[in-house]
Amino acid sequence: MKEMYDLIVVGGGPGGAIAAKNAAELGLDVLLIEKRQEVGDPVRCAEGVSKICLSDHIEPDPRWICADLTGSRIYSPDGTMVEMSEEMSGGEVGYVLERKVFDRALVDQCARAGAEVRVKTRATGLIMEKGVVCGIYAMHLGEEYEIHSKIVIGADGMESKVGRWAGIDTSLKPADMETCVQYLVTDIDIDPQFCDFYLGNEIAPAGYLWVFPKGENMANIGVGILGSKSGDHRAIDYLDKFMRDVYPEGRIIEMVYGGVPVSGPIEKTVSDGLILVGDAARQSDPITGGGIINAMEAGKIAAEVAADAIKKGDYTTDTLNEYETLWRSTIGKEIEYSLVVKETFIKSTDKDLNHLAQSLSNVNFYSLSLKDLLYALFKANKKLLWDLRGLFRDVVNNNFEFKYKKNQFD
Amino acid sequence: MSIKINRYKCGYCGACVGVCPGGALELVETWVEVNDCCTSCGLCAKICPVGAIEVNK
Repeated sequence: MKEMYDLIVVGGGPGGAIAAKNAAELGLDVLLIEKRQEVGDPVRCAEGVSKICLSDHIEPDPRWICADLTGSRIYSPDGTMVEMSEEMSGGEVGYVLERKVFDRALVDQCARAGAEVRVKTRATGLIMEKGVVCGIYAMHLGEEYEIHSKIVIGADGMESKVGRWAGIDTSLKPADMETCVQYLVTDIDIDPQFCDFYLGNEIAPAGYLWVFPKGENMANIGVGILGSKSGDHRAIDYLDKFMRDVYPEGRIIEMVYGGVPVSGPIEKTVSDGLILVGDAARQSDPITGGGIINAMEAGKIAAEVAADAIKKGDYTTDTLNEYETLWRSTIGKEIEYSLVVKETFIKSTDKDLNHLAQSLSNVNFYSLSLKDLLYALFKANKKLLWDLRGLFRDVVNNNFEFKYKKNQFD
Repeated sequence: MSIKINRYKCGYCGACVGVCPGGALELVETWVEVNDCCTSCGLCAKICPVGAIEVNK
């Protein structure tokens, strides 16, 4: 480790790795640190990701693709099933990843692009001069280091400290986080090309339960509930009940815990000398909880803005605000839409959810576009979905571009 | 420190760190550390997906 870099990236997840890779490719002298001794482990993810945008960042590779999805099914509390196929979503649905391999492949890419990578290295604070971030304090194998840089990118995940150290309040209320438990279950009968979502206040209050195939007879089965609903009954209790009821024969070969920010965008994601990316910037999708693609898109934007700033020799908030503008006008828009949907969703009773699902039971999905589907849904449920009328109007009028549509749910 | 983390239950996911209003918690590699800023507010215990945290009020 040197004492000075152009850019230090804190965190070796998808957001950090893509930021570091792009910055290195743009000629910056980059250090990426990861606090764990292994990149990508332990996993805190349901591993579903849409194909759209993924290949902008990394060439799809069978080594980290466990399942290629052709559709998804949503089950309302009374069991009414709504199926959405590949044909309907207008193309490809998504993959279920092997994050341990995927994350390592991303960091491998960034190391090969010229970034220096240090694992088992944790940021313990920011070096600040007159309110300007100009490096980090780090710990590696028990030794403390002072490492200077022109810009720091905080991609330190849901448990981010980097933003807080710079005075950006990133703390989440329990109602702004889904608290989740997932088992990797084997020896079960599942459809290896479909992901299933189960809704209902008995199953997953203000959240959902998912079954994502990881190949033949194996799936990530998990549940996320809104933090404000957690207490006497926790995520693990809901999952154990579902396992007893639906997959009593399943064998659990891995346990995964995690928290997913569903707060929507925080007020600011830059300060002098600092940019926040991914879960650290609360850029995960409030309705699906998906964060991989958003983090990678944001990481790329952050790298480009950082490279420009360094070329200009100006690392102030004014210059870095370009990042803020760019991500908010792209991925940020979709996050805002999802936030509106989430607010309606978490207020829905089981009766509401059943009603919504039943209104779609006579619709032939294979012949409809997503736009037609949303239109039909709104028409049949105007009262329930009234708060979402602006969103539906935008979709039907084509104001909402699906360029960033990801349909992801990691 | 006024919370107790059962490290045999904890899956070091960091959900508790994300909701800690005072920044008293930190997810170090595979364990959670608590500093003196802890006010025993209990949000960490509420959010924990597996119930690994106890608060002593």
